[in-house]
Amino acid sequence: MMVTRKSSRKRSVVRKVKGGILYSLCLIGIIIGLVSLAILLYDAFADGLPWLDFQFLISFPSRFPEQAGILAALFGSIWVVGLTAIISFPLGVGTALYLEEYAPQNRLTSFIQLNIANLAGVPSIVYGILGLGLFVEALALGRSVLAGALTMTLLILPVIIIASQEAIRSVPRAYREGAYALGATRWQVTRGIVLPQAFPGMLTGTILALSRAIGEAAPMIAIAALVYVRFVPTGPLDRFTVMPIQIFNWVSLPQPEFRGLAAAGILVLLAVLLGMNSIAIFIRNRYQKRAR
Amino acid sequence: MHAFGARKRARHVREWIIEKLLFASAIVSVFTTLAILGVLLFEAIDFFKQVSILEFFTETRWTPLFKPQHFGILPLVWDTILVTIIALTVAVPVGLGSAIFLSEYAPDRLRRIVKPVLEILAGVPTVVYGYFALTFVTPFLQNFFPEMIVFNALSAGLVMGVMIIPMVSSLSEDAMLAVPQSFREGAYALGAHKHEVVLRIVVPSALSGIVASFILAISRAIGETMIVSIAAGSTPKLTINPLESIQTMTGYITQISLGEAPFGSLEYRTIFSVGLTLFIMVLVVNLIGQWVARRYWKRY
Amino acid sequence: MPSDVKIDVRGLNVWLGDNHVLKNIEVGLKPNAVTAVMGPSGCGKTTFIRAINRLNELIEGSRTTGEIYIDGENIYSKETNIYELRRRVGMVFQKINPFPKSIFDNVAFGPRIHGVESEEELQKIVERSLREAALWDEVYDRLKDSALDLSGGQQQRLCIARALAVNPEIILLDEPCSALDPAATAKIEALMRKLAEKYTVIIVTHNMQQAARVSDFTVFLYLGELVEYGSTKSVFENPKSELTEKYITGEFG
Repeated sequence: MMVTRKSSRKRSVVRKVKGGILYSLCLIGIIIGLVSLAILLYDAFADGLPWLDFQFLISFPSRFPEQAGILAALFGSIWVVGLTAIISFPLGVGTALYLEEYAPQNRLTSFIQLNIANLAGVPSIVYGILGLGLFVEALALGRSVLAGALTMTLLILPVIIIASQEAIRSVPRAYREGAYALGATRWQVTRGIVLPQAFPGMLTGTILALSRAIGEAAPMIAIAALVYVRFVPTGPLDRFTVMPIQIFNWVSLPQPEFRGLAAAGILVLLAVLLGMNSIAIFIRNRYQKRAR
Repeated sequence: MHAFGARKRARHVREWIIEKLLFASAIVSVFTTLAILGVLLFEAIDFFKQVSILEFFTETRWTPLFKPQHFGILPLVWDTILVTIIALTVAVPVGLGSAIFLSEYAPDRLRRIVKPVLEILAGVPTVVYGYFALTFVTPFLQNFFPEMIVFNALSAGLVMGVMIIPMVSSLSEDAMLAVPQSFREGAYALGAHKHEVVLRIVVPSALSGIVASFILAISRAIGETMIVSIAAGSTPKLTINPLESIQTMTGYITQISLGEAPFGSLEYRTIFSVGLTLFIMVLVVNLIGQWVARRYWKRY
Repeated sequence: MPSDVKIDVRGLNVWLGDNHVLKNIEVGLKPNAVTAVMGPSGCGKTTFIRAINRLNELIEGSRTTGEIYIDGENIYSKETNIYELRRRVGMVFQKINPFPKSIFDNVAFGPRIHGVESEEELQKIVERSLREAALWDEVYDRLKDSALDLSGGQQQRLCIARALAVNPEIILLDEPCSALDPAATAKIEALMRKLAEKYTVIIVTHNMQQAARVSDFTVFLYLGELVEYGSTKSVFENPKSELTEKYITGEFG
């Protein structure tokens, strides 16, 4: 009975071949993805490592490639991201707390939620245009660090809100009910129970959002425009540049040495990103273990 | 008695204030959307006072920085679509193939290593991709296409495709993992081969999520800025030849922003009219995506 | 080997990971009859029937030794075509699992993957299967509707029809009524008795009354070992093993 007839044996073979083809195609797909990443990183390292030295980190850009460095952009990035963190974290967490703990289930709340989801899909350059029209022009902040930070805040706010909401949702209902049963007010429960429990998740989400921000060039170009910056910002109203813009500038210059500088800048940027992501993952792992 | 009363009132006031503060944060997000629309429309309306809408949508040349000035958005829109199509031809098969591999073929341990590595592709800043496109991909492709110019649509499109892979693969994989194991077992119990289970049961059941990932990839590609600004060029034109230099909407906005056109000039206002077009395009794509996803959604 | 044995299990051992789930099972199951597989939770009933269509192999870390002969052929031999085996041995699951497709496409899925392409033939197969599963009269006018629109009992009968559509010889049912109400259960029990006229039916159940109602033979498993096998009448009225007696009288399980 199990002995298969000739025609169905042939069918069996055809089916097996089809199965093999699908598997191979999928395998090729994933290999392409991984290999592309490898080539990308190798290329950046090969081009950039020769130009990466201490002098590179402490110099300003220059017409002469040997003397050029990323100092202005590095500090500009730190200023913008730092200011963004200070503004966006409370705003994002506050919004998430409101939506999860306070908001009634009505049309307005659904609208706000839907709106946030939509904002997450808006291209970053549109945020740059927004910042240009609103912060630089209308609020007359000029092309300053503050305008850049405010723009960046609006850009990453949806990400922080969504991540914080997830963190808040993961706090078990049982904890809240226990607190309410003792006669606590909503804010007492939120501040005493929910916030501490959700805090690591919120922090992780924010750091990841900020690490995205530090790599964003498009919105900052719209705000900062000027690309040849030979100074470090000393206040929030100063002009500035950030690392992605500096890299962009160098890569756009025709001389091959500047390509090398661009690659070196990329390595610095990737190092900062790696650092930030590692901190975020470390926090997440450390507090996930404790929750167990 | 009175002491309790006073404490209770103070607590109530405090609770009320806190709630209003938190509500104010939430309103910031609504404000953002209104501000985007406001800024874009405000300046764009001024723009359209000087340039007719008809010319904007039907003229086939975009030369605001040259004399004679033409303000036809078609070349920018078309070039954006061209690059997006190229990106999708990379991202869709590779992303979907990776998703199927990770969800249906890879053993758990392999998946736990490979999936985060693939995610790294999503974390690389787009300037790095732009650099890669210009300094590696273009010279590499010029070996095969000697007539290819340094700035071209193909390199930018291919690299953009690589950047989008994790978007397609992650969401599709999540959709496939959500398909209950009992469906697969039912199919295996009927004597199905693995690829039949995958292609006839898992993928159709996960279609809603898979299509959603495609739509997300499209809207991401349309809005992408740095790769095209670095590697695609600054000459908008209506062409189907990907080896030529082109300019997307986002590429143009970058170019004009760097040029520091004086505030209030017509050239400056093009930022907003192009920006508005871009915003609407992305919005329409996202809405189509939501509609399509709902239509294909299989409940289980 | 006696010719009235359809499924001959010899020295069957199954490990799921480190867990030795089935220990040296030896039994001969008869054709054209309903055999109930009984025992307390965790005794290996599901693993046992999944060994007959080799579905255990879908589980990572599973290992099987021993032989199972169906009509004299060892299904664990290297030459066995596992896909053909699964066509010959149909399975209905405890967790009712119609595909998220139309009623028609659910039943037609099996024949389609095994090579039937003509729409006319598929129509015939679908009707025959649905009739055999006692579902045709309830769905004949809405075959294109989603299977998920059916009630629980109807969905389970649909799964039976789906299994019948590929012309099996053996039908395995894993606690098919555990999610159903008494009325739906009664329908399926009647269906099983009818199916036994044509097929070999093996049903896993933890419901003793159901086993007594429905089956001709009973296998009693305890902690992975086969404790007793015989006609249902004799196992229930005259159990040979003390363990069986304890289980039947409800002392445990």
